[in-house]
Order: sequence, then structure tokens, then C-alpha cells
Amino acid sequence: MKDDFLVFDHVTKRFGALTAVDDVSLTIKKGEFFSLLGPSGCGKTTLLRMLGGFERPDSGRIYLEGNDITDLPPNQRRVHTVFQNYALFPTMTIWDNIAFSLKLAKRPKGEIEEKVDSILDMIQMSEHAWKHPNQLSGGQKQRVAIARALVDRPQVLLLDEPLAALDLKLRQHMLIELDAIHDQVGITFIYVTHDQGEAMSLSDRIAVINYGKVEQLDVPAKIYEAPASRFVASFIGDTNFFSGTIDSIDGDYCTIQCEGFPAIKAYNDKNLAVGQRVDLSVRPEKIRVTLNPPLPEKGAGINVFASTVQDIVYQGVYTKYWIKSGSFRISAFKPHSRFLLDQEAITWNDNVFLWWHPDDGYMVEVK
Amino acid sequence: MKDSAKPSRAEWLVTLPSFVWLVLFFAIPALIVLAFTFHGHTVNGGVGEWSLSTWRELVDPDYPTIVWKTIRISFEVTAWCILLALPCAYAIARLPKRWRAIVAGAIMLPFWTSFVVRVFAWKTMLHPDGWLQTCYHAYLHFKYWLFAWVPNVHVPTAGAGQANDCLIGIAGCAIDAAKTTIIDSEVAVVLVSVYSFLPFAIMPMYTAAEKFDFSLLEAARDLGAKNFYAFRKIFIPGIWQGIVSAVLMVFIPAIGSYVIPQMLGGTDCILIGNKIFMRAMQNRNIPHASALATLMAVSVFVPMGIAMWWKKRQAARDRKRLEVRTAQLMATGGME
Repeated sequence: MKDDFLVFDHVTKRFGALTAVDDVSLTIKKGEFFSLLGPSGCGKTTLLRMLGGFERPDSGRIYLEGNDITDLPPNQRRVHTVFQNYALFPTMTIWDNIAFSLKLAKRPKGEIEEKVDSILDMIQMSEHAWKHPNQLSGGQKQRVAIARALVDRPQVLLLDEPLAALDLKLRQHMLIELDAIHDQVGITFIYVTHDQGEAMSLSDRIAVINYGKVEQLDVPAKIYEAPASRFVASFIGDTNFFSGTIDSIDGDYCTIQCEGFPAIKAYNDKNLAVGQRVDLSVRPEKIRVTLNPPLPEKGAGINVFASTVQDIVYQGVYTKYWIKSGSFRISAFKPHSRFLLDQEAITWNDNVFLWWHPDDGYMVEVK
Repeated sequence: MKDSAKPSRAEWLVTLPSFVWLVLFFAIPALIVLAFTFHGHTVNGGVGEWSLSTWRELVDPDYPTIVWKTIRISFEVTAWCILLALPCAYAIARLPKRWRAIVAGAIMLPFWTSFVVRVFAWKTMLHPDGWLQTCYHAYLHFKYWLFAWVPNVHVPTAGAGQANDCLIGIAGCAIDAAKTTIIDSEVAVVLVSVYSFLPFAIMPMYTAAEKFDFSLLEAARDLGAKNFYAFRKIFIPGIWQGIVSAVLMVFIPAIGSYVIPQMLGGTDCILIGNKIFMRAMQNRNIPHASALATLMAVSVFVPMGIAMWWKKRQAARDRKRLEVRTAQLMATGGME
């Protein structure tokens, strides 16, 4: 385990009665774009601050390339942080901000100039080199903060909600830019965010964190399609939960009986036995909503439920339906692949059919 | 960019009252004082005819020494105040919010007592039989012992009863130390001036430090800076405006200091303020006192003006150099 690039080994951090980080073990690969994703107050920033050297864990060790860095002060680790508020030095020019770490390391003057000039070129800020931070826009400050942290080639770059202060358009633009910078420099990035969209689009792997514990660590698609817990399923994207008991088993499939809902067929990937209580998660975009029942050739094994439309929210890309079925209120997305007006519109209080393939439900929690 | 813009009518109107105030109660009195210096004085304490006699009297060889001593002591006091106030301001700004107000209040608390009373209290504290004097003696003896190996580098100039902060050879000094008191010496003046002016140094620095973004220090450490380096390169420039105000808040009253040297300086520490008082009140020579005041002001403001002009020129030069450098940077960036 110590041989891995970056290792959190049973790390715990308490603040008074609050356990911010609870026995977390993680390994991060070299060159990876790794995200720590979770709601605010879940302990992700504390993890990052321990890696930066600003907090010391109460127990557990942190290893970087085999060296125990747990007790090293921040200035002795080659780990740099891009702070949420950028923390650019207001009394220095952009050029001096970026040169800060190189000057500290007492690099030769020529080398400093070459490195700073080239990274300024990379972030396309050469013409702003002699401005002060307060003369820059949010996106420009962001780029300078990244350049300042990258210029002396740290082993790891930590990004603490770096896009939180930017508006939506700029955020989308910076996402692409961050990805490009990561590809260009090949340094390990650790990205802390509460925004699942950012984490999904940037990361090689994501650790979903809740109450100081890692709920799931996997690639984005796995996190979305095969969430390890009810929390992960609901935090990342929308979903419908059906809590019930396994009623019967038929080969790879099983039937789940929920209170106030007809029996649901689901893929039994975990080989659970009859009588097991489970939570089934079905994503809204997996559920079809039609006025007529599905044609028989769609397969006899699918789940079909007669229901009533309660609410409709038009979103442009898709329409979101709230549908009453049994005692459940289920959300379903219907994408607009063809021009909307050609279709037979579904409106409020229509009697509709909900249907999804048993493979599209995922059993998240076994109790 | 903004400072080059012409002030609007509204801005003029807003500044008008303070402008009038300054003209009435600062500029005009200062000019009157200046005008007095070009008059002689009358025997009964009045201002006489136009004459240059006052300026001629000023050739007294004592004056340059006293002016220099006043400036030197003011610098010393300012340096001590800044040095002590800097960590104070930093520490207070890092306290939890509730505690900051309490500590800041405690620093201002002495102002509830009259300044003269506080200085007088020091007279008791520095009494030759007091414990501070005892400590000072111990310190002097220790110093003489420590530097006993140094040959007689010092020519004793100070008479008995005056603190003298110089190295003295071992033989003469033990006796010298026994006779040396803090009170009625320069040491007392510096000590009590630092005590009196310290709040004026802490307050502007603390105000600046409170607005300082302490995450910048974290960022500096993250980029490899040691604590002290971050303090020096990030914190101090960050509260620079506060430091400049603190320097002015201490230096200016120190230059004009009169009560403290009068009460605690004895004959060892007569400053320009005391001389002005003597000329005006004892010799009843108002023009002479005015000339001394003018001399003092000129010897402070002229070097200050030169320094400011130099800094401005330097800044303009830097700007020009950076423009050239940017053009170069852009050119090489374009070629790649």
C-alpha cells in the first residue's frame, strides 16, 4: 500500500465533538485527476487541508511516493493548493505572484524568468504580467492561481472548490481549460467539490464522501450507474427509490415487493436471497412515459405500471414528469429527440404507462 | 486611472469644510509663525520690527546638536513602537472576534487617565530607590562584566547621575554604574515615550491587520515559505498603509515632545520642544521660538519631501521598464 503514489492510511480528524474525517483510507494514482465529492461539511476540505499540511490528523498516516508526510509543515511538501478565494498576493504583480515559489527555492534568475514567462504564455496571460490581482477578472485570477501553484512542478496539485466563485458560463469554460491544463502538465490533481457535474466531467476517479467517510470510490460512470449506497445514488443525479423485500427469484432476476406499489422486477446482480430487504434505485431518464402500453415485442419481462401524471416541468432538453403510481410519486425524464410539437403531448392528469427494463434498476442497499 | 480623473463638483463640496478648517487653523497660524521669525523681539515680550536678527541669533552651536538629538530620539521611539506594535497588531487580529474588541479596548484604556498624570506616575516608578532602577543597575553591571575584556573604547562623557548607554572599561564603570540613574536621562525619555505612543502605533496597524486576508499567509506557506518569511513578505506589505500611518502617528508627536523630556529628561535630555518652551515662556522671545519651530519643521519635512519625490520617480521608471518588458514578452509569445 505504501508503494502507491499517494496514500491516506486510516486517517481520522476530530474538531471537538465533531469527527470531520472518520478513518479514511484512500490511494491515489500518479497523474490522476481525482475528485473528493460531497455535501458541504462532509470533511472533504479537511482531507485536502491535511494533505496540504494545514491540519494534522489525530490518527493515521499520509504517504506521498512512499514517504510519510503526515507531520511535515506545508512549506516542506511539494504539494500546492489552489484556494477557493485564489489567495493571490495583492501587493505583488501577477508575474511576482507566479514567481513566488521559484524565488523561494532560490532558482537561478534565468530559469525563473523562463518558467514564469512560459506558464504565462500557457494560460494566455502574458499581457497582464505586470498588473496587480485586483485588476483582473475572476476567471483570470483563477488562471493565475493555477499557474502559481503549477510553476514549480509540484507532485500534487490540490484544488479547493476552485470554480465556486465563478458564474455558470465561465465555470463551464474553466472546466474545459482545467482539463486541458491537466493533460498538458501531467501532474496529479486532487479536486474538492460539492458539484457533482464538475466532478463527473473532470475526474478519472471520484471519492464520494459523507459524514467523514468514503461512501464510494470509483470511476464516474460506476458511481452514477452502480451507486454503493442510498446516499451516493441520491447525491449524484436524480433517482427514485423503492424500498421493499425480495419476494421471488427467477434466474438472474428477482421480484421486489414494496408497500403501496405493484411487484417490481430487478436484476439480482448481488445474488440476494428471498426475504432480503433492499433499496432499488431507478434513474428518471431510464423510465419511459407513454400514453399507450409498450408493444409486446418489447419483451414480456419489463416493468409496466399504469399511473397518472401529476406535474410537468418543461426543461428544453427534456421534460420532467412527476407521476403518481400506487402510493409513490415518481420522477421521469423524457428527452426531446424529435421536434416536440409533432408528438402526442402528455398533459396533466393523463393516464399513462410507466415502464423500464429490469436491468435499469439498481439495488443500492442491502439491509 | 481613477486618481488622474478630475474631481467632480460634489467631491469639491464634500472636501470644502475640512479645507476651510485646515486653512483657518493650520495654514494661517503656520504662516504667522513663519512671519514672526522675520521680526525682532521687544523687551516686554512682544514682536518687534521686521528684521533678520532672529535668524542670526539661531547660529547658536547648541541648536544643531539639539535638533539632531530630537530627530534621533524620535527615530528611536518610532522604531521601538513599530517593532513592538507589529506583533501586537498581528496577534490581536488573529484573536477570535469577541476578544479583539476587548483587547483593543484594553489598549485604549490608559487614555482615560490624563497624559501628564501618567508621565508623573513614571517619575515614581523610575525613582532611584525603585525596583526598575535596581533592575537597570543589575543590567548595567552584567553588561560591564560581559564586556570586561574590551579595552577602554569609550571616553566617558556623561557626568554623574546620567544614564550612559556606552561601553566603559571595567575599572571606572562599576562606580559609574552605581551613580547612573534612569530618571533624568535619555533612557527614561525613550522608555516613557514608547509607553505613551505605543497605542498610536498599534491602532492603525491593527486596523490594517484586521482587514488583512490571513489565508494569504497560508498560501505563502503552501508555496514553500517559512512562517517568518511569509510574515515579512506578505503580512508586512499587506498592512503597509497601517505601518505608514503608525510611523507618522508616533514620529510627529515624538518630534514635538515636550512634557516627557521636561519631567523625566533632566538636563541630559533637553529637546527642541523644551527649547521652544524656554524661549517663548522664560526668555519671552516669541520670534526666536517661532524660528526654532520652523527650523524643526523644515529639517523634518524637507528630507521627507525629497524621499517622496524620489519614490515617485522610481515608480515612474519601473512602470516604463515594465512596459518594455511586456512588449518583449508579447513578442516572444507570438513567435512560438
